[in-house]
Amino acid sequence: MASITMKNIVKEYDDGFPAVNDISIDIEDGEFVILVGPSGCGKSTLLRMIVGLEDITSGEMLINGERVNDKPPRERNLAMVFQNYALYPHLTVFENIAFPMRLAKGQFSDSEVKEKVQKAAGMLELTEHLERKPANLSGGQRQRVAMGRAIVRDANAFLFDEPLSNLDAKLRGQMRAEISQLQRRLNTTSVYVTHDQTEAMTLGDRVAVLKKGLLQQIASPRELYEQPANLFVAGFIGAPSMNFLPGTVEDGPVGSMSLNTPLGSIELPEELAAAGKGRDIVLAGIRPEFFAEASTVDESKRGRGSIVRAELTHVEWLGNEQYGYISYENDPRVVDTLQNLAHDMDADDLRTQLVVALDATSRVRGGDSADLWVDTRRIHLFDPSTGENLTRDEEAGAELTRLAAEDRKRDRERTAAD
Amino acid sequence: MAGSKGLTGRQKLGWAVVSVVVLVYALFPVAAIFANSFKTQADLGNPSFWPRNWTLTHYEMIFVGGAQELFLTSLRNSIGITLIATFVAVVLATLCAYAIARLNFPGKRIILGAALAVSIFPVISVVTPLFNLWRTIGLYDTWPGLIIPYLSLTLPISIWTLSAFFRQIPWELEQAAQVDGATQWQAFRKAIVPLAAPGVFTTAILAFFIAWNDFVYGISLTSTEAARPVPAALAFFQGASQFEEPTGAISAAAIVVTIPVVVLVLLFQRRIVSGLTQGAVKG
Repeated sequence: MASITMKNIVKEYDDGFPAVNDISIDIEDGEFVILVGPSGCGKSTLLRMIVGLEDITSGEMLINGERVNDKPPRERNLAMVFQNYALYPHLTVFENIAFPMRLAKGQFSDSEVKEKVQKAAGMLELTEHLERKPANLSGGQRQRVAMGRAIVRDANAFLFDEPLSNLDAKLRGQMRAEISQLQRRLNTTSVYVTHDQTEAMTLGDRVAVLKKGLLQQIASPRELYEQPANLFVAGFIGAPSMNFLPGTVEDGPVGSMSLNTPLGSIELPEELAAAGKGRDIVLAGIRPEFFAEASTVDESKRGRGSIVRAELTHVEWLGNEQYGYISYENDPRVVDTLQNLAHDMDADDLRTQLVVALDATSRVRGGDSADLWVDTRRIHLFDPSTGENLTRDEEAGAELTRLAAEDRKRDRERTAAD
Repeated sequence: MAGSKGLTGRQKLGWAVVSVVVLVYALFPVAAIFANSFKTQADLGNPSFWPRNWTLTHYEMIFVGGAQELFLTSLRNSIGITLIATFVAVVLATLCAYAIARLNFPGKRIILGAALAVSIFPVISVVTPLFNLWRTIGLYDTWPGLIIPYLSLTLPISIWTLSAFFRQIPWELEQAAQVDGATQWQAFRKAIVPLAAPGVFTTAILAFFIAWNDFVYGISLTSTEAARPVPAALAFFQGASQFEEPTGAISAAAIVVTIPVVVLVLLFQRRIVSGLTQGAVKG
């Protein structure tokens, strides 16, 4: 059990390229922190610096308050699960799991080793496979052996480097749940690297979003979702992604303010309007589920939003909901920004289409025009040149992260009581 | 290369003919030596390929007869020197190839280049200076005096083959071992060496052949039975009288020293081929 503290960590390669640039993160004892970002953002490098496989150019890495910058991996007492599992092919599953204990000569008697391996195998449902070689196991089983090797010794922390990326989608969901439960049960500090925002959202107590070696925001999944710090975080978190609609804040009818967008005019609440006022152009971040078909919205709620009329190009029905797509003419002044954003997120070229989530029972088809209600209170406005979120509510965000920390403490007490 | 499925009958026939021609060309001398080793002394001069009377006299001669001392001591020399040279080469090459495959250090390319240069350097041009040097420092006609030059033959190919093998082993395994609490040396020994074992083995066989078959160093750097290996010793066989050629005995000895090589190749054919192509393609 340990806390991990990173102070202004920098990793510069020989050619001067900073893979990780001035990152400071405090990880509490027992916390599950996710490092997420598109490929090349430095997340794996950061993880490897924690475990000691990568040198730290500058900054301090503390484990339990002790500086470990110059310690080799074996002295850091951390356990790591690699992307390709890194199982020893010449050893049986039993010996693979026992490997760390075999290395710590004299610390474990044979019977202790056996007992610990059996216990880990039981926890991971590997008991029947102990005598097999890794080559004869399925992907999920190999993954579990790698986890077994990590949990068998009392490591200070678990480090996961994209552990699920080699599994198929169904198994990935299952293993995700298992990792989450295991971490809760053992209550071991964990750092988990992924490029998959679903894994990040479902597993993490806190999620650190990285881009090009820079920390964009570290917060609970809810805060990232509700109060993103900038355009990148807003676009990266959430599936389908947030829509970014260019617009100008103008005086509307009857003294109210409205946002003039390619879709038409959207009436804005006062605080939002104030943040975007006087700017040439802003990007309105609207998540697909902020939309609803106007006819399905309660009278009481309807007043808290605004209604636009648009033609849907096509719809996708998924059973529990359906997505409608709307094409629009983009403003040339934001094309570059959005192009860069798509590029940063490893996405395809930018498509100027809006995604709206509709009720699964809606019978709107592609080609139909529909009245769409927008929940304007949840809209965020972004500055297209800096990407900064103009309407971020720091306090509300901090509150969300505080609540998440509280939830974790409750979980911990519950497991301790069991 | 054409897959065997795509071959027409004509092409198959063509390949078969080519294969037979190559096989006959390569194996005819061996077969001739084999036949000669069973001919009686009088029979050796006659033009028929197979012996008229099969005899084991020449084998008796080299194992228990007059040539016994010459042959058996040289056989002992050959086996000892070759095994030691192979062992040293493989150990050194394993460490060297591991460093080349894993570490980034200045001069890495130079080492690989130098290894290649050494292996294409004609042996005969080194032998005379080496002969003088060895006599001066007392290595002439000793086991180490042959083992050291043999290393120059076996090390380059060992380094190239092994570094190709090491590159195939995922680096994560070693890192995983280090995270699991291993020192660099332990990670190497417990995670890498077991996986590289087939490669090391192949390399050992290749190195063994090279050292076993050497003639130039063997004949030039030895003068007595103290270190003379079999290929060199064959030249010193004598006939029963000065008018008789020791062809039969030489043939018998040649067959005997070929046996270990043939056995090794038959046993490990597949590995040797994969080892050779690895060195060739990936190196």
